[in-house]
Amino acid sequence: MPKKELDTFSVSYLSILDEDGNVDKDLEPKLKKPELIELYRQMVWARRTDERMLKLQRQGRIGTFGPSTGQEAAQCAVAFAMKKQDWFAGAFREHGVRLLRGETLTRQLLYYNGQEEGNINEGAANPRNLPISVIVGAQPLHAVGLAYAMRLQGETETCAVTFMGDGATSEGDFHEAMNFAAVWNLPVLFVVQNNQWAISVPRSKQTKSATIAQKAIAYGMPGIQVDGNDALAVYAAASEALDRGRRGEGPTLIEAVTYRLMMHTTADDQYKYRTKEEEELWWRRDPLVRFRGYLEAKKIWSEKDQEALEEEYKAEIEKQVKAFEEMSGWKPDAPFDHVFGTKHERIEAQRREFLAETAKEAARG
Amino acid sequence: MAKLNMVQAINLALDEMMAEDPSVIVLGEDVGVDGGVFRVTEGLIEKYGEARVIDTPLAESAIIGTAIGMALAGLKPVGEMQFCGFSYIMIPQLEGHGSRYRSRTHGQFHVPLVMRVPYGGGVRALEHHSESREASLGHFPGVKVVIPSGPRNARSLMRAAILDPDPVVYMEPKRSYRAFKEDVPETPETVEIGKAQVIQEGTDVTVIAWGAMMHTTKKAVEEIRQARGASIELIDLLTISPMDTETICASVRKTGRLAVVQEAPLSFGPASEIIATVNDHALMHLEAPVKRVCGYDVVTPYFGRENLYMPTVGRARRGIEEVLDF
Repeated sequence: MPKKELDTFSVSYLSILDEDGNVDKDLEPKLKKPELIELYRQMVWARRTDERMLKLQRQGRIGTFGPSTGQEAAQCAVAFAMKKQDWFAGAFREHGVRLLRGETLTRQLLYYNGQEEGNINEGAANPRNLPISVIVGAQPLHAVGLAYAMRLQGETETCAVTFMGDGATSEGDFHEAMNFAAVWNLPVLFVVQNNQWAISVPRSKQTKSATIAQKAIAYGMPGIQVDGNDALAVYAAASEALDRGRRGEGPTLIEAVTYRLMMHTTADDQYKYRTKEEEELWWRRDPLVRFRGYLEAKKIWSEKDQEALEEEYKAEIEKQVKAFEEMSGWKPDAPFDHVFGTKHERIEAQRREFLAETAKEAARG
Repeated sequence: MAKLNMVQAINLALDEMMAEDPSVIVLGEDVGVDGGVFRVTEGLIEKYGEARVIDTPLAESAIIGTAIGMALAGLKPVGEMQFCGFSYIMIPQLEGHGSRYRSRTHGQFHVPLVMRVPYGGGVRALEHHSESREASLGHFPGVKVVIPSGPRNARSLMRAAILDPDPVVYMEPKRSYRAFKEDVPETPETVEIGKAQVIQEGTDVTVIAWGAMMHTTKKAVEEIRQARGASIELIDLLTISPMDTETICASVRKTGRLAVVQEAPLSFGPASEIIATVNDHALMHLEAPVKRVCGYDVVTPYFGRENLYMPTVGRARRGIEEVLDF
């Protein structure tokens, strides 16, 4: 028997609005003017709040966090394509998704100031946002389970969207999640924000694959690489993937090629492993600048609009920071309330000891 | 009232819960068409279909990881780790997420899942198929660990585990799967997780065991009763974590003596925790040092030697008598 070719594969790259502001009219998503403006506003909101959080961290007013500056298109454009009923299982750098899906800056600040209360979905926060997942690559499996439950419960038009970074694709749980989602043919959208760096390890040391998108092929699902700093391309790819999911055609992998313009977290010094020149190259690809240029070319955004937006956000940020700083009165023994949903004497006895010891510690001064 | 072995009793509990509640589902390797390698899930796929009885790909982390997602959305998944020796792969998801969604969100999310873990030696199995690792699992806050010892409590504990709002690791002593039958009532029973059960009252010494060691210990206790008429209080621990301080200490206060029989390695195990608990609450009632009859701190030997390494009726008897004679 001769050796024969069983199959051939290819992998696509999608770019609609390029670095120089050129638009591919055939691929341009049919978004209405107010929608385009709303998406832009969300991206700017994510950037300005991220910048303010960095200042607050440097002033010691919040703890460590991972800035998302530079990744707004990869995040907000996916969230913009999602429906309210879709589940979101993110990692720890999806600030833009969280804000777009109703979480407040105040709540983010609370989380990054070491309070679990910052994870509680209150007010406009979507109850289908899972909290921040710090362990790299663990949450895609939860998205697969959520999608399974949705189908079993008859919500066949609900997708689960999970985010991770390029580093997470080396984890075993990434493989297991991709495999289970494909075998079960579930409406899961895997979004890999390939921001080039997993702390200090570059993309080139993470995988020998020419693209992360092509990993999808081995699992029997579509994968596409998109310009992750191009909000239009991200939106188009995410919309198509979510539509596929809702039609019962299974999961999709999107590799959004972007860049972490800041440090991994505020505890990191990125110049130990990369250059300012590299960062400058990517600043020139800033997704906000590119999208604003697109809106301005369409004559639906102006310098005046921008100034008004900056004023609006400055005031809103002040308001939300103030709200955060005025919060107090956290129940010290709350962790004992939430070990289990049932009461157990062994836990309660320790709570009593904790409260007695805490009072004694307070008395010591 | 039917006479069932433990495999049949767990199967009955799963069947009853799946019939009562459409959100209960079963997933794991070979749990569907094959009915599980121990036949614990036999017949369920025929009754409830492959959407609720899922033959998963071979990946333990994904079994628990997807079960966590299902539980977050309101299902009550019962997952199977085929053997305790393969279950360590579930720990990153169990400790990292299953045990934490409740505390992470102050109760907004919770994870009502059960992971079944057949464990323990005595079945002449290959390497990694005979371990007893309840101590490791019992160390994670937010996780409950339960172990039945016979058909009747296997059924009631499984019911309690599925009804529980939090992750429960349900460890099944393989050696007891088909070793004996018990009367199991027509009407489903439930037990309170976190409560040990005094199965025989006595005044001379308290003896605590769980899982497969209950059967061994019962025989030792009966030998001692016949030989010297000692009045022995026998406790079935049932829940490893959260451990039942009150039942243990109330008994020790009454008898003043204690022996613990544990299949797992000696160090850092539930037996040690039981002694520490007695130390905290009932030390001055002790009239003799507490005896631990345990496995040794060695890598579980292949089955050619395993009988030498597991606590036997003789070792349990000698241990209990040592306490009685002190």
